[in-house]
Amino acid sequence: MIYSLVFVLFLVGLYGLLTKRNTMKIVISVIIMECAVNLFLVVLGWREGGAAPIVEPGGVAGGYVDPIPQALVLTSIVIGLGVIALMVALSLRLYERYGTFDIGRIRRLRG
Amino acid sequence: MEAVLPLFVILPLGTAFLVPVLSRANERVADALGNLCMAALLAMSVFALLGGGEATYWMGGWRPVAGVPLGISLVLDGLSGLMLVAVNLIGLAATVYSISYMSRFTARSRYYCLFLLMVAGMNGAVLTGDLFNLFVFIEIASVASYALVAFGCRHEELEASFRYVVLGGAASTFVLLGVALLYARTGALNMAYVASVIGGAADPPVMMALALFVAGLGLKAALVPFHAWLPDAHPSAPAPISAMLSGVLIKAIGVYALVRLLYHVIGITPVSSNILLVLGALSMIGGVFLAVGQWDFKRLLAYHSISQIGYVILGIGLGTPLGVAAGLFHLVNHATFKSLLFLNAGAVEYRTGTRELRRMGGLASEMPVTGGTSMVASMSIAGVPPFNGFFSKLAIIIACVAAGRWGYAVWAVVVSLMTLASFTKVQKYGFFDKRADRPRASEAPASMCVAMLGLAVLCLAMGALWLPSVRSVALTPAAERVVAGPAAYSSLLAEADAPEE
Repeated sequence: MIYSLVFVLFLVGLYGLLTKRNTMKIVISVIIMECAVNLFLVVLGWREGGAAPIVEPGGVAGGYVDPIPQALVLTSIVIGLGVIALMVALSLRLYERYGTFDIGRIRRLRG
Repeated sequence: MEAVLPLFVILPLGTAFLVPVLSRANERVADALGNLCMAALLAMSVFALLGGGEATYWMGGWRPVAGVPLGISLVLDGLSGLMLVAVNLIGLAATVYSISYMSRFTARSRYYCLFLLMVAGMNGAVLTGDLFNLFVFIEIASVASYALVAFGCRHEELEASFRYVVLGGAASTFVLLGVALLYARTGALNMAYVASVIGGAADPPVMMALALFVAGLGLKAALVPFHAWLPDAHPSAPAPISAMLSGVLIKAIGVYALVRLLYHVIGITPVSSNILLVLGALSMIGGVFLAVGQWDFKRLLAYHSISQIGYVILGIGLGTPLGVAAGLFHLVNHATFKSLLFLNAGAVEYRTGTRELRRMGGLASEMPVTGGTSMVASMSIAGVPPFNGFFSKLAIIIACVAAGRWGYAVWAVVVSLMTLASFTKVQKYGFFDKRADRPRASEAPASMCVAMLGLAVLCLAMGALWLPSVRSVALTPAAERVVAGPAAYSSLLAEADAPEE
């Protein structure tokens, strides 16, 4: 169930990426896609009734959730932050040069 | 040998940090640091390739326990050794060239910083033995390349970089989703271990991951139909960066990663082999048809990159030892002649201020080094006999015929002829045709000439790589490693499992 919701979220992002013309909305679409993948990773590591993965003497009754996806998500969020910062900077610079956020009117390159 | 492996990442990463700090007073320090770093990396990578053998380095000393890997590993084998040499060789040529060329731009230290980050990402991506680590290194290289494409900050550069970053960002989410699926399927991230768990099975999660990798890494490698960003992005970057992007970036984080994942992790099947063949043939044909009508020198070269990457993928997709060796041979050859062509285009732009072929003319007599080396590179890419491109294309065609793929062989010949036609046009309009209104130009500065001459000599010399005795050192180990498949790759892990004293 939750997996299909994550997948829908990913497709929402992909749809936005392919159809939107405003550069800022395109950036937001990429953010949605990244969030969907991060959510997918977190959900992968989740265990029913699992505790936070901090090992204590004697262990805990319900076992632990898988810590590896959490580490991966942290890394992937940081990478996503870098990419998105660059994207936003680029679209602001594009606005300065072309005076528009409309990707259809930012067309000097052809062919 | 193992102790050298982390240095391939640490050295450029550390220098990238030091360059902006140390070159505050004098920008020339950045030149010196960048060139020294690349020279050291090239020496190390040649040592790693010729040293032969295979090595595994476990980061932080986290060795596998009872055959189950816990930490992240760096793995050197024939294939990564070959890629390392290609990356660092072109990297050195680009930094030598940059000494003079970058005087057109400000912020030299930031340029070297980004450049070295990109090299660190590529070196890491070809060495790593961990799926998620591969994603991280691909991203390091990609983010640095997005910024470098926009380096000039003019209209076209920003526009190209924005398209590149949007498609590249989407491709990265595909790759990460594929990695997550494989983790869900196997509960591990070490490539060799994942391969042994999958064991060549083709169940839905694995197939889904395969599709995501082909789409994501195909975008990074600019295979048709995922090529739309490349003809904008590669010409917009400064010339040495174009050389790096077309010469090695699309190969290190696109082709190499795709080959490693398909052949060594998921395991090649007739279906995935056919996917590679079709994508390769489409890129080969699509790229050259789009290239023939171009008049912008660098844009024409960018379309030819798509076409030549098609040859590489076609050769590797055949899956026979000969085909893979020929594909890898063409990969390193393309790295040299395409980088050289982009450096030539940069030298012409540096002196005449134009990339439009119809506004050049007669440059062969005024810029003899640029004209001569561009002639060598054009002959190489077109596949004219004494140069390296001829041997690798011939090898690919022979491999196609040997595998019974006659149709692909015919297309490879046709595309080769069209490439020749296209570069005849470049030579005629750019370098020979002495029109009255041609621009006046003098030869490019010394450091640019040195880089171009070095690559031109390599274009001639690398034909020798196909000689049996040389081939057995450089190409055959890589090709055998690729063809051997997941089981052989997993055995690297078993060797590393030997208990420490």
